[in-house]
Amino acid sequence: MASTAYDNRLEGLAAPHGGHHPSLQHQFDSLEQQKESSTLGMWMFLITEIMFFGGLFTAYVIYRSTLHGVFAAASHELNVNLGAVNTAVLIGSSLTMALAIRAAQVNRQKLILLFLFLTMLLGSTFLVIKGFEYAEKFEHSLVPGPGFQFMGMTYRGFAPDPEHVSPEVLQVGDKAQIFFSLYFIMTGIHALHMIIGIGVLLWLFILSWKGRFDSTYYNPLECAGLYWHFVDIVWIFLFPLLYLIGAHVH
Amino acid sequence: MKSQLPLFPESASSVSPQVDALFYAWTVISILFTALIAILILYFMARYRRRHEDQVGLPERAPIWLEIGWSAIPLAIALAMFAWGTKVFVQIYRPPSDAVVYYGVGKQWMWKFQHPEGQREINTLHVPVGQAIQMKLTSEDVIHSFFVPAFRVKQDALPGRYTSIWFRPTRPGVYHLFCAEYCGGEHSKMIGSVVVLEPHDYESWLAGGQPHTLSGAELFAQLACQTCHGEGGSGSGMAGMAARAPRLAGLYNSKVALSDGRSVVADESYIRESILNPMAKVTAGWQPIMPTFQGSVTEEQLTQLISYIRSLSEGDSAARTGP
Amino acid sequence: MNTSATAESVVASPETGFERPNYLNAEYGVRSWLLTRDHKRIAILYLVSVSIFFAIGSLFAMLIRLELLTPEGDLMQPDTYNRVFTMHGVVMVFLFLIPAIPAVLGNFLVPIMIGARDLAFPRINLASWYVYNLGGLFVLWAMVNGGVDTGWTFYTPYSTNYSNTHVIATGLGVFIIGFSSIFTGLNFVVTIHRMRAPGMTWFRLPLFIWSHYATSLIILLGTPVIAITILLVAVEKGLHLGIFDPKLGGDPVLFQHLFWFYSHPAVYIMILPSMGVISELIAAFSRKRVFGYKVVAFASIAIAVLGFLVWGHHMFVTGQSIYAATVFSVISMLVAIPSAVKVFNWTATLYEGSISYQTPMLYALGFIGLFTLGGLTGTMIATLGIDVHLHDTYFIVAHFHYVMVGGTIMGYLGGLHYWWPKMTGRLYPAFLSRLSALLVFVGFNLTFFPQFILGYLGMPRRYWAYPEEFQVFNVLSTAGASILGVGFILPLCYFIWSMRYGKKSGDNPWGAIGLEWDTPSPPPTENFYTVPVVTHGPYEYNPQEVHERTSHPEARVG
Repeated sequence: MASTAYDNRLEGLAAPHGGHHPSLQHQFDSLEQQKESSTLGMWMFLITEIMFFGGLFTAYVIYRSTLHGVFAAASHELNVNLGAVNTAVLIGSSLTMALAIRAAQVNRQKLILLFLFLTMLLGSTFLVIKGFEYAEKFEHSLVPGPGFQFMGMTYRGFAPDPEHVSPEVLQVGDKAQIFFSLYFIMTGIHALHMIIGIGVLLWLFILSWKGRFDSTYYNPLECAGLYWHFVDIVWIFLFPLLYLIGAHVH
Repeated sequence: MKSQLPLFPESASSVSPQVDALFYAWTVISILFTALIAILILYFMARYRRRHEDQVGLPERAPIWLEIGWSAIPLAIALAMFAWGTKVFVQIYRPPSDAVVYYGVGKQWMWKFQHPEGQREINTLHVPVGQAIQMKLTSEDVIHSFFVPAFRVKQDALPGRYTSIWFRPTRPGVYHLFCAEYCGGEHSKMIGSVVVLEPHDYESWLAGGQPHTLSGAELFAQLACQTCHGEGGSGSGMAGMAARAPRLAGLYNSKVALSDGRSVVADESYIRESILNPMAKVTAGWQPIMPTFQGSVTEEQLTQLISYIRSLSEGDSAARTGP
Repeated sequence: MNTSATAESVVASPETGFERPNYLNAEYGVRSWLLTRDHKRIAILYLVSVSIFFAIGSLFAMLIRLELLTPEGDLMQPDTYNRVFTMHGVVMVFLFLIPAIPAVLGNFLVPIMIGARDLAFPRINLASWYVYNLGGLFVLWAMVNGGVDTGWTFYTPYSTNYSNTHVIATGLGVFIIGFSSIFTGLNFVVTIHRMRAPGMTWFRLPLFIWSHYATSLIILLGTPVIAITILLVAVEKGLHLGIFDPKLGGDPVLFQHLFWFYSHPAVYIMILPSMGVISELIAAFSRKRVFGYKVVAFASIAIAVLGFLVWGHHMFVTGQSIYAATVFSVISMLVAIPSAVKVFNWTATLYEGSISYQTPMLYALGFIGLFTLGGLTGTMIATLGIDVHLHDTYFIVAHFHYVMVGGTIMGYLGGLHYWWPKMTGRLYPAFLSRLSALLVFVGFNLTFFPQFILGYLGMPRRYWAYPEEFQVFNVLSTAGASILGVGFILPLCYFIWSMRYGKKSGDNPWGAIGLEWDTPSPPPTENFYTVPVVTHGPYEYNPQEVHERTSHPEARVG
C-alpha cells in the first residue's frame, strides 16, 4: 500500500498497477491475485499450526497408551459439564464468525459489526469459563509441581476413601502430573490462540467501523475466519481427548 | 598396543570383524564413487574449458537410460548394504542363549557394574575372554551411553528403564570404555576400561575378594519382601496364612495378567517398575497393597534384587524340568 | 542471452555518468533501511545479521579446536568447554545455517527470478528479520550471562532436570527464530505459487526456485514441531510441568523423536537451497542447460518428502525396536538416491559445456566433491551395523560438517560470489577470491577428514579431554581449521572493500541467463522496468536449443 516517494518516481517506468483499488498493495497486479495470495498464505499458516498442535497431540497419544490407567483416572478430575458448555460456546462463535463474513458479502455493514461483536463475546465467555476450570484445579492441588496432590485413583474398582488415603495411592498419583501438565499446556496454548484471535477480531471490528469491508473487499475477514474456525476445531479435538475418553473406566 | 598414529581401532570382540568388513566395504564404495566424480569433473574441466568469450555449451543430449541407470545402480548398492548392515545389527543386539547377564548403571559421572556372582566394580569391568556377556543398562540420572570401541558396541543407558547389548570378547587386554552420550560437566571424564581376562585369571580375580556387599537375597530379606511374597519368593504365606502377594519364583520372563485386563512380560523393566511403583501394573487377582520402595532402594540395589528374582526363576525352571 | 523478448530491450544500458535509480540509492538513511519492505534490502539486512552470527559461531569453533590441540583439557574448564560447543552448535545451526541461503540469497532472488515485484507479504518479510534478531538477542543474552551447556540438541532429562545453565532463554531464542523461518517459508510458497510472471510455468522455473520451494515446505511442516518441543522443555524446566521426566513416568526418548522430527529435515533446510545455488552456478559457468532439469527439480521434492521419514536414524542405539530401526535405515538409504542423482546430473552438465573457472564455479565444483563424500558417509552411518559403532563419535561430527560446511557454506559462498555483482553492482578481486576458494577447500578437508578416522578409532563427540592416541589427528584438524579461518576472513575483507572500490560490474558480468540478469545491477526497487514475459526454459544458452524448443514445444527432454 504505502507508496514511497520512490514508488511515485518509478510510476512512469514500472508497469501500471492494475485496478488501483485503495486496498491493493504494490506487489500485486490485481485484487484477485492479492486475495488468492493472502488466502493461500493463511492456509499455509494453518498447516504450521496443525503441526504445532500435532506435536502436542502426539505426546498426548503416546502417554495415553503408556500411562493408560493413570491418564484415565486423572481425566476423571476434569469438569465435563464446563467442557461441554465451552464446546457449545465455541461452535456458536464459529457460526457468528461465518455470519459476519456473509454480512460483508451482502454489504450489510451493521451486521458485520454485530456478528464480530458476538464472536468476540462468545470467545471471551469461553475464556472466562476456562478460567473457572483452572481455578478449580488450583484449589484441588492439581497443578503439577511441588504442591501436586492427586488422590483420584478411582480406577480398577478401588474407590478411595478420602479419610484413609494410603501413601501408595499418593505416590502413583505422581504420574498423573504428566496428564495435568499436558492438560495445562494444551488448553493453555489453545486459550492463547483464542486471545490472539479476539485481538485480531477487535482490530477488524475497528476497520469495519471505518467501513473498510464490503462485497468487493473482505479478505481480512475471511482469513481471520479461517483462523477462528481452526482454533475452534482444535478444541473439538481437545475436548474428547482430555475430558471424555476413558471416563467410562470408572 | 597403542601406537602414536593408529589408523585402525583394536578389534577384540566376536562381532567386530563383521562390523569392520561392512565398514571397509562401504569405504571402498565411497572411494570409488568419489574418485569417479572427481576424475569426471577434472576431465570435463580440462576438455571442455571455455575457449573463447562467447562460446556456449552444446545442446543437452539425454538418453533416458542414463538417468535410470544412475538411479538404479546406487539404489541397488544402498539396498544391498542396508541388508548386510541390518544382518550385522541383529547380531549385535540379539544375545546368544549362553550369554551371562551383567548389570551396568550409569551415573554422573561414573559407571557401576555388577557381576552375576554379586561382585561390584566402578568404572572398570572385568570379564572373561570367550564368554558372551549381556549388559543390562540403566541410569540413575541423565542419559549415558556404554561404548567400547574395541568391541564395536554401543548402547544408551536410559533413566527409568533397562536397555541391553551383548558382546563376546575375543582377546585379553584392557580396552577403553567411553560414555558416548553427552551427560554434562565431566562427560569426557566418564571413561573406564573393560579388562578382558583369560578364564582362569578371571576366576582368581573373582576370588580375589572384592568388598562384598549385601547380595540380592540378603536385600530381599532386609526389605522384608518375604512377608508377603513368601520365603525365597515362593508365594506361600507365613505360618500357614494365605499369601498376600504373587509368587516370584518363575516370574522372570513369564507372562503376567494384570488387573486391568492387559498382560505384560515380566522383564527387568516390569520388575523394576513394580518395586518402585507397585500400583502401576497390579497382577490380576491381587490387592494393590504393596508399598512403594521409591527412594529406599538405589538403582544398584534394584539390579541386585532383579538378578535375585531372576535367579529364583532359573532354579525354579531347573526344578520343573528336572525328573 | 535473451530470455525474454520484452526484457531484452531494457538490458543494454551503457556505462554513463548517470546512476540509474536502484534499490540502494532509492532512499538513504538508517530509517529507510530499518523500515524497508523491499525484499532486496531485507536480504542485505539479513546478510549483515547472518554474517555477525557466523563470526560468533566461528569464534566458538576456534576455541573448540584450540582446546582439542592437546589431550589434556588445559585451555578451559570442562564446564566452559561444554558451553562453548553448545553455543557453537546453537549459533551455527539456528542462526546461521538455516537462515543463510534462504534469507539472504533466497530473499534477494526468489521474486526477481520469477519476475515478481516483491514477495507476497513484504511486511511479514521485514518482521521475519526483526524476529530473527530478537531470537538472536535471547541467545546472545544467554551467552553473556553464562551460556548453556546441553549441546544444541537439548536432550532431556539433562536439559530439564540437571543443567543449571540458561536453557530456557536459549530455548525461547530458538523458538522465536523458528517464527522468522516460518515467515520466510510462507512468503516463498505463496510468492512462487501466485506471483510468477506471465509465461513463467512451473517447468520454466530455475532450479534455485524449485529447491527453495522444497525448502519452504520443510520449514512449514517441520519448524512448528521443534517450536512446541522446545516450549515443552522450557515449561518443564521453568514451571515444573513434567512431560519428559522419567521420575514421573515420562519418556526422554519421546523428546528425541519430537526433536529429530524437525531437526533431521532441518538438515535438508540447510542443504537444499545450497543445491539450488549449485544448479545455477553449474549452468551459468558451463553455459549449458542443467542436465535432466526435471529430474533435478523432482529430486528436491523427493528429498523434502523422504526427509520427514528418517528421523529415527538418530536413535539407533537408544534401544528402539529392531523393526523401527530397520524401517528408518532403509528410508535413509532411499534419501541417498535423489541426492546421488543430483550429483550425477551436475557432473553430466559439464559434459560438452563451455566451462570457465570463475570463483563461483570453483565453489560449485568444490561443493560437488565435498557433498559426495558427505552424502556417502551419510549412507554409511545409516547402515545399522556400522552406526552402532560410529554413533556419537567424531565420525558423525565429520559427516555433518561435510554436509553443512562442505555443502551449505560452499553453496552459500559460491552463491554470494555469483550474485554479489547483482546485489551491489561491483566486482571483487578475481585472484584473491580464487585463492580464498582454494583455502576454504583445502582447509576444510584438512580440518574434517582426520575426524572421520578419529571417529572410527572411537573418539566420542563432545569430549573436552581425550586419550593420548587421538592427538595426531586432532592436531591436523586444528591446523586445518586455521587455514579454513583465513579462507573465511578473506571474502569478508574483499567484499567490504569491493562495495566502495570494486570495479563496476555491469548488468551481466558472467554472460549468464535468467531473469535476474535481464534487469540492471543493482536492480531497481520493483526489480523490473517492465513486467518480463517468459517464453522458454531457464538455462537455454544454446541458440540451437532455443530454436528446437520453439519449433517443437512438445519435444522437451528430461
